[in-house]
Amino acid sequence: MSFFDLQGYGWLLLQGAKLTLYVGICSMVLAMGLGLLGVLCKFSRSSLVRFAADTYTTVIRGIPELILILLVYYGVPTLIQDVTAKFGQPVYVSFDPFVAGVATIGFIYGAFSTEVFRGAYLAVPRGQVEAARACGMSRALTFRRVILPQMMRFALPGLGNVWMVLIKATALISVIQLPELMRNADIAARAPREPFTFFFAASLIYLLITIGSNLVQQWAEKRASRGIITD
Amino acid sequence: MEIIIESLPRLLGGAVITLEITFLSVLLGFVLAIPLAVMRVSRLRCLWMPVYAFTFYFRGTPLLVQIFLIYYGSGQFQVFLDSVGLWHFFKSPWFCAVLALTLNTAAYSAEIFRGGIQGVPRGEVEAAQACGMSGLLLYRRIVIPKALRIAWPAYTNEVIFLLQASSLVSIITVMDITGVAREISARSFAFYELFLAAAAIYLVLVYGILWIFKRIENRINAYLQVGQH
Repeated sequence: MSFFDLQGYGWLLLQGAKLTLYVGICSMVLAMGLGLLGVLCKFSRSSLVRFAADTYTTVIRGIPELILILLVYYGVPTLIQDVTAKFGQPVYVSFDPFVAGVATIGFIYGAFSTEVFRGAYLAVPRGQVEAARACGMSRALTFRRVILPQMMRFALPGLGNVWMVLIKATALISVIQLPELMRNADIAARAPREPFTFFFAASLIYLLITIGSNLVQQWAEKRASRGIITD
Repeated sequence: MEIIIESLPRLLGGAVITLEITFLSVLLGFVLAIPLAVMRVSRLRCLWMPVYAFTFYFRGTPLLVQIFLIYYGSGQFQVFLDSVGLWHFFKSPWFCAVLALTLNTAAYSAEIFRGGIQGVPRGEVEAAQACGMSGLLLYRRIVIPKALRIAWPAYTNEVIFLLQASSLVSIITVMDITGVAREISARSFAFYELFLAAAAIYLVLVYGILWIFKRIENRINAYLQVGQH
């Protein structure tokens, strides 16, 4: 069957898939870190910090990922160059596509994670926080011991969704030439002049990643709610 | 700063293309999604399974792959498409962009509307059946209007996502906001100026559309608001 013959380019796709997963996991870790930081800011006592967190989530969620990727990869180095030139000595920097990609995707989905964590934070019963405070725990200790463990359970379904969108968004990093799955499919499609075959094969690999992630999510949610009695 | 003002007319021209592509895809996607959602909740295997496969594929793969599959992938079937007279469409990036976005949003919207249909209270359906309604009439008068009201907030999100996702069409050379910003910045090296300007335009569009959809939401739920005039 010639339709599914990848003509020796199969390994290129698999290598790309490996990098896609790697980029995805790095971005997700960054996004969750930023999300936790964001939610702490959203419930901060300082109104300035709250305003900064609100601005972050509002602005980032209103701008397309592609624009932000291009802005970080092409815009930030030229911005640094222009600003430093004003002070006399221009500094030339350039970003590695991997770093730019992970930073941007992580930064974008950090905003989405913040919203997920915010909902999870609000789902923790207030009485428990008050009880912890009454026991003499400080705000930080209450957060670490009482809020955070329960918050993580409430946040799991939302974080799963963020991951699903995030892993598909990594395809956009191909625009700045990071050799992940999408970019490699593009390269492979050129030589044998069979674009449909290669992009379809790539899409099936993405589909496999989605199916795998679904299974992991189901397992994690089940595990996180063990010991929870539901009626 | 000057470069932003200079390129503003072209960026706004790009905004028109962005809105045009988004509007068309949302409209066509909506028209497709309603019957798909109805099929999806059917008990007949030959109805729900194809819809399940369709939504699973389009929600499980990146939009960029879908755009490339349609735009570049169609080239593999040029001879066939030419013989049935469709090649004329598939060689146009604009057509492929709208087709890909339409199919993508149809898949997501179908799942959203399915949730809406399943959220329609049993009692309302039973009451309608007791009044003698069934089949299409029941769906047209009772189920679909209620399902749309339930699904509206989620559907609003989907439209916003689609507007942002439409920036991907710049990769297949459509001159939308992103396309214009990329072209001008590549020539003038004014990268951050142009991309920040483009980001600002998207922000305005996103929150503008959000405002309109909120107005529609208030309107279609007006009957639920007690004592407000």
